[in-house]
Parts: sequence; structure tokens; C-alpha cells
Amino acid sequence: MIKLNSNVPEGNITEKWSNYKFSMKLVNPANKRKFDIIVVGTGLAGASAAATLGELGYKVKAFTYHDSPRRAHSIAAQGGINAAKNYQNDADSVYRLFYDTVKGGDFRAREANVYRLAEVSNNIIDQCVAQGVPFAREYGGTLANRSFGGAQVSRTFYARGETGQQLLLGAYGSLNRQIHLGNVEIFSRREMLDLVVVDGKAKGIIVRNLLTGETERHSAQAVVLATGGYMNVYYLSTNAMNSNATASWRAHKRGAAFANPAYTQIHPTCLPVHGEAQSKLVLMSESLRNDGRIWVSKKAGDTRPPDQIPESERDYYLERKYPAFGNLVPRDVASRNAKYVCDEGRGVNGGRAVYLDFAEAFNRIGKDAVKDRYGNLFDMYQNITGVDPYEVPMQIYPAPHYAMGGLWVDYNLMSNVPGLFVLGEANFSDHGANRLGASALMQGLADGYFVIPYTIGNYLATEKPEKANPESSEFKEAEKSVRDDVKKLLSINGKQTVDAIHKKLGLVLIDKVGMSRTEKGLNEAIKQIRDLREEFWKDVKVVGKGEELNQTLERAGRVADYLQFGELLAKDALNRNESCGGHFREEYQTPEGEALRRDDEYAYVAAWEYKGPGESELSKENLEFTNIKLATRSYK
Amino acid sequence: MSDNHITLKLKIWRQENKNAKGHFDEFNQKVSPDSSILEMLDEVNNKLEAEGKIPIAFESDCREGICGTCGLAVNGHPHGPLPKTATCQLHMRNFKDGETLYIEPFRAAAFQVIKDLIVDRSGFDKIQQAGGYTSFNTGSAPDANAIPISKTNADLSLDAAECIGCGACVAACKNSSAMLFVSAKVSQFALLPQGQPERYDRVQAMVKVMDENFFGSCTNTYACEAECPKGISVSNIARMNRDYFKAKLCEEKVEG
Ligand SMILES: Cc1cc2nc3c(=O)[nH]c(=O)nc-3n(C[C@H](O)[C@H](O)[C@H](O)COP(=O)(O)OP(=O)(O)OC[C@H]3O[C@@H](n4cnc5c(N)ncnc54)[C@H](O)[C@@H]3O)c2cc1C
Repeated sequence: MIKLNSNVPEGNITEKWSNYKFSMKLVNPANKRKFDIIVVGTGLAGASAAATLGELGYKVKAFTYHDSPRRAHSIAAQGGINAAKNYQNDADSVYRLFYDTVKGGDFRAREANVYRLAEVSNNIIDQCVAQGVPFAREYGGTLANRSFGGAQVSRTFYARGETGQQLLLGAYGSLNRQIHLGNVEIFSRREMLDLVVVDGKAKGIIVRNLLTGETERHSAQAVVLATGGYMNVYYLSTNAMNSNATASWRAHKRGAAFANPAYTQIHPTCLPVHGEAQSKLVLMSESLRNDGRIWVSKKAGDTRPPDQIPESERDYYLERKYPAFGNLVPRDVASRNAKYVCDEGRGVNGGRAVYLDFAEAFNRIGKDAVKDRYGNLFDMYQNITGVDPYEVPMQIYPAPHYAMGGLWVDYNLMSNVPGLFVLGEANFSDHGANRLGASALMQGLADGYFVIPYTIGNYLATEKPEKANPESSEFKEAEKSVRDDVKKLLSINGKQTVDAIHKKLGLVLIDKVGMSRTEKGLNEAIKQIRDLREEFWKDVKVVGKGEELNQTLERAGRVADYLQFGELLAKDALNRNESCGGHFREEYQTPEGEALRRDDEYAYVAAWEYKGPGESELSKENLEFTNIKLATRSYK
Repeated sequence: MSDNHITLKLKIWRQENKNAKGHFDEFNQKVSPDSSILEMLDEVNNKLEAEGKIPIAFESDCREGICGTCGLAVNGHPHGPLPKTATCQLHMRNFKDGETLYIEPFRAAAFQVIKDLIVDRSGFDKIQQAGGYTSFNTGSAPDANAIPISKTNADLSLDAAECIGCGACVAACKNSSAMLFVSAKVSQFALLPQGQPERYDRVQAMVKVMDENFFGSCTNTYACEAECPKGISVSNIARMNRDYFKAKLCEEKVEG
């Protein structure tokens, strides 16, 4: 069993972070340059961390498998970023953002972390504006806001439907400045394939140069993982094609606990699946739910075109069931309800899609105003589907989207392996069992700009500046295991492609470990995943060589990890005999069909320790709610 | 969304590595009109892999037209014939049954071919490192609403900032000029108060590195704007030229 100490500072929640910052040990400015820090990942979390640590004077090595830091998956975020600025004078506050996030997460997040997140949210917006991020503005020149699911205030800052792009380019700019100044060295087209642990502490990584296939050893006094989420385990998801769980999983195998893998978010507003060859699911920003109304026919199997279904025969099911929040209920609630109406055969043409209709908004604010807010999303929809959403209501369906689970971290964002820090979507820390819209960008940048620069100093202040020797046995052993894996994958020479097996895994997971789960289904899934894993190691075909650019080999390594991780995901879902947020167990629901949490037994973080393939041991971090009273989430 | 598949003749550029001689491989491929061109390549690759053959190397990531990874040329057009569309969002319904498609990497002296359809665009990063930022350290920023910015300027700045760094502009230009790419970044900052302190140093630093990295000069043919998947306007080039000449004309430092 792992001993999990959250290291949450004492004191009133509103003062914890400021008191802690004051009491931290500091590394003096002249000593900082003696410390090397490895940052893996250059998305919002990684780029902001690497840039800021460089500014502070540390020597930073930043790694990404992309050709350029700017291509990280964060670039694709559309809708916006939250902050408690209260610029709209609508009674927002740090406390309300804290409250909304804890409640939205269905009381499965650590209060102190969430409060700090809300507290630094305002600094993020200041920082980004200073970097020249061109946020949307009002005619008077002040910043504009929109509202997002799970909140009753307007606190979301945005740049058209390209907020992630603009925020990432801001962080990329700051990173570039540090590269130019020589404080950060960038290693692109490198994939981290192992973590090196020396005397129980994280001291380096092994990477594969994706152009040449060579392995490299990199040593440092601390390793920061900002490697993103694991939702591509489902094969079809909204994540970028190359997003994967390998960095997290390999760190897990070296001792880092994996927390709450079963907390997965299925996003309600994505384009429906079109066919066999489909490679990923496209998200339509949920900001669309601000002005679009979601409905299906009241009749099952209704094949009439939408304009021939009269108002009286439409069911605006979210507005009907949740009058207070209507179409703005949190994601898990919106997704599950879409599944239910489609299960009843009431989806579009009886299939798996529901309407997202802007007719009312066109009347209320006019087509031009809708275009100003969502123009690029409407264009994207038309481009992909060939249907004009200004004329015909959009069709949407939920898709795997965001991983709330991730590597376990304490208040310092340090894992249970000393010296290994985890930021952004890769950690589990702030969203509990469900993430609110526009809060991932906030968390990534909070972690990178405003948390890690402090907490890593507190760790390094007690470390000696000597680096671990890359010639040591630990480095050599890790490098050898990476090389052996590559050799093994190339030697199988079976009959199935990597993608074919990944697709099979995805189907098992979405069916049995998706929006709705049962004990029986989860047990079946675990068995099927084990069988698939065996099938993979006997029958996969990985063409090409190891000492060259080989994209098949890259994918094979990632899928091999998914085949282990997928089992843990199902096991965690099986262990959690309750429904909360994105984790819905059919056995645990209220008579009205809402999620039934079981706080007496499950108000804990499930942190899993790796004990060999298919073997894991559970440790628990109990969650205490001293500021916000545990209550049933209600959006009625 | 329909089931009528079409069949295309594909001529795809194959080149083992940067020093190897390249050639076109030919494939007949049946494809759904709802697939994107990259999903079609996925299918070709799946077949190749199943036969034990080396798949076509090409890059992509977000498949939503925003990460800028998927640069390839279709029938001579970077990102294909459809205006304002990245390759990943180019759907096969835009092609006719029986058509022949030539699929090649972005061609430019500054973009060396790495393998098949993958090129090296690291020159873009080098240009950005030279000055594509404002020099604010984390934590030093004033309140975000302290400086009002007109909606017009903020919108124009965002129009420029939407550049996805794919390199289509360079591939489209007969001189392989990167002026559209560089001017988009220069303009984003020139239009904002936060960009003023370093405005003239920035433009000079970025242009210098651009020239050092084998990008050619601009002769105003506007092919770049026509092929840009984000429709970045050549008016950014004019804005950059003004700033650049203003900076160069006065030998000493220019006031912002
Ligand atoms: C389509 C879409 C829209 C979204 N919209 C919003 C939104 O509007 N608001 C919001 O708040 N959130 C949104 N999200 C969620 C949000 O974008 C992500 O959670 C967030 O950007 C993750 O950032 P990150 O820095 O943690 O990781 P990422 O941006 O995923 O970056 C991961 C980085 O790690 C690197 N990496 C990973 N593994 C390795 C390895 N083994 N070796 C080397 N490098 C590695 C990658 O190269 C990359 O640089 C959206 C997500 C999607 C999919």
C-alpha cells in the first residue's frame, strides 16, 4: 500500500495558499541555475511551466513528440477559459468558482486544490492579456465573457472558437523567449518512454528520437509530466490523434499511483459517428448550448425531417427535466440524457443523434449575432457534414473527451514518487468526478504559471544540485527495457494491424465502460481486455524498423499501454460502487434516474499502485469537505 | 450522409528519407464521401500494413483544422483545392468518382522532406523564437481590464493570430516566402498596446531569422492568401513592411 499524504497546508481555506507560499523553502537565485528540470509536454500546462521555470532561472529541458511545441493538443480547445474576475458584476467570486467546481465535480475533488485554482484563475487572464492573447472584447474595449455548462454566471473568457489556440500560442511565445535566452532547451520529436528513478526519486527520462529511432538518456533533479489525458484509450474520442497515456503509464509502472481512472468525461456536443473509416470524433464547443436548444421527437422512430416536426411534438428534454439549468446542465447530465432518449429510439431518424437547434436564437438576436459568436463552429459543421446549420438544426451526440483521472498528486502537484510532478490533464487533481466546461485550460495554466514555479522550489531547496549520472545502472536498465520493448514489438509479425486491435479495445470500453456501467458489464470488459492483450502480443503486425521514423511502431507502443491501462480503468469503475459525475453505475441511481453517490463509503480518491501486468493494489485518500457541505448535486 | 462510395486513382509521393530519391506510388482506393482525405490515407495504410508493406508516412494530429500538422499538397494545392480548408477537413465528397489525385509533401527549399509526405518546418519555430512574443515575465501583468482595447483592433489582431503555422503559404509561393506567416505574428502584436514596446525590434529580429532560413522574398503574387487554410490576409504583409521600413529608415532605435 502506498502512503498518500495530500500535504494540504493547515489553516482556513482562504489563507492556505498564501500562508504556504510564505512558509516555503526557497532556492536562492544564484543556485537556481544549478538545477536542471525536465518538462515533458508543451501543451498549456507544460509550455507555461517550462517558460516560467526558465524565467526563474532554472535550467529547463522541454520535450514533446510533436515537431513543434505549438502543436500540442491544447491548441484544439475551442470554447473558453474560466476565471473569477466578476467583470460582469453578476455576483461571481473566487468562492463561487470554488463552489461550482467542487459541486460540478460531484464532491470528489480535494477542496484545498480547487480553492487555489479559483484563487489564481484571475492571474491567468492578466498574464494572457499581457502576452497579447487577443480575447474577445466589448465595444467599450473591456473583455467579453460568456457562460458555460454548470455555472449560472458569465465567467468564461474566449477568443472566438479558438481559445485554446490563442492561449497555447501565448504560452508558446513565452517558451520561445526562454529558448531564445538560453534558459530552456527544446527537444522536439522525442517521445518519453520511461521514467528513471534513482534511490526512490525521479531523476530522469528515456526518450526515443522519433526521426532516427535512437534512444537518449536525460538526467535532472526533477521531472515534470504535462503529457495530457488518456481518452484515446476509447479509440474514437475528441482528442488529437497522437494524444496518449504512455508517459503517465510508464511513470505508473515505475511507482507513481494512478488516481480515479474511471472518471472519464463524455462530451455532449460532438458530431455523430459517420462511418467505419472514421478516425476521430469532432467536438462542437459546448458554448453552443448557450444559444442552441436540444431536442428530439416525442415519438420513437420518427423519420420526418426536423422542420416537419411541429413544436408540440418536440421534446426539449433538458429544459423539461432541469428547468433551472436547462440546456446548460453539466456535461455528464447532458450526455447521459442524450443516450437515454436515443436508447428509447427517439434520436434523429431513430438513430444515435439529437438536434441542437438555433432557430430561437436567430429570432432573438439575429443570424449575424449568432455568426459573430459561433461563426467558425457553424462553418466547421457545414464543412464536415455538408449540411448548412443556418438552415437545418445541427445533429450532435456525446463522445469521449476528457480524463478527470490521472496520476495522483499532492497539494504540491508532486506524485508519490518524490521529484516527479504532474500537471494539466495528466494529473487527477481538481475536477473530481466531472469537469466543468472551460476549466481544463484554467487548470493547465494555473498549474504551469502559478503553482509549480513555487512548489518545485520547495522540493529542490532540500535537494543537492548534483545530477544523477546518466551512466548509472538505473539509466542503463531503463534504456535497455525501452529497447527490448521495441525489439519485441517488431518481432511478433502477426496478422492484425495495431489500429485493428485498438479499435476492438475502443468498442469494448465505450460499450461497457462508457456513459453507463454495470458490474456484469465491467467484469466482462476486464476479461475481454485481457484476451485482447494476449491477442496483441501474439498477433500484432508492426512493420518497418526500429532505427528510423516508424509511426506504426509509435502507435504500437501506445496501444500496448492502453491494453494494460484499459483494464485498470474498468477495475476502478468496478470498485466504485456508486454513481458520481462521469462515472455512472446503473445499480446506483435514484428513483428518478439520477446519479446516486454513496459518501459514507466512497468519498475517497482511489489511487492504484502497479503490481505487474493486470495486477494493481488500491490505496485510498479520504476526502473531507469542511467548507462546502456534501450535498446531492441538483440542476433541477 | 450517404453510402455512395467513390473510387479514386491516387498518386502518392514516396521518399524513404531526406537523401533518397522520391517517386510516385499508385493506388486505386474506394472511399466514402464522408471521409476526409486523411481518413482515406489511413485506409490505404491499413491495407499496406496488413500486407506487411511500409505505410505512407504523413503527419496529422487534431484533425479539426487547427493544429497545423497535416501539411500535404493535393493536385498542386497545399491542403487541396478547397479554399480555407486544412487537409484534415477536406472531405472526399469534393472529388468525383474516377478522378486522379496527386498527393505530395509541401515543396519548398526551407522545408526539407523527412519521409514521404512529412517535411521539416522547424524554420518556423526559429523565426518565432527570435521575437514572436511580448517580454512579460509570469506574475508581472497588470489587471486584464486595465488597458481597454478597441473591439476592432482586438478582432483584427485575432484575425492575424489565427495562423496555424502549417506552412501552406510558403509551399504556395513560387519564391517560398514566409512573409504571410511572419507578418501574421508581427501584426497580431502591432495591433495591441501590449505589443508596442518591442514593436520595431520584433519585426527586425523576425525578418532577419526568416532570411537566414532559406525562405525567399515576397513578390506580391498573393498565392499565400489564396492557399491559406485560415484565410490570413496579405494586408498583414503590408503592415509588416511599413513597420520594417520605419525601423530600417531610422538608423537609431525607433520610438513605439
Ligand atoms: C476538442 C477539444 C476542445 C476542448 N475545449 C476546451 C475548452 O474550451 N475549455 C477548456 O477548458 N478545455 C477544453 N478542452 C480540454 C483541454 O483542451 C485539455 O484538457 C488541455 O488542453 C490539456 O492540456 P495539457 O497541457 O494538460 O496537455 P496537452 O495539450 O494534451 O499536451 C500534451 C503534451 O505532452 C506531449 N507528450 C505527451 N506524451 C508524451 C511523451 N510520451 N513524450 C513526449 N511528449 C509527450 C505532447 O507532445 C504535448 O506537447 C478541450 C479538449 C478537446 C479535445
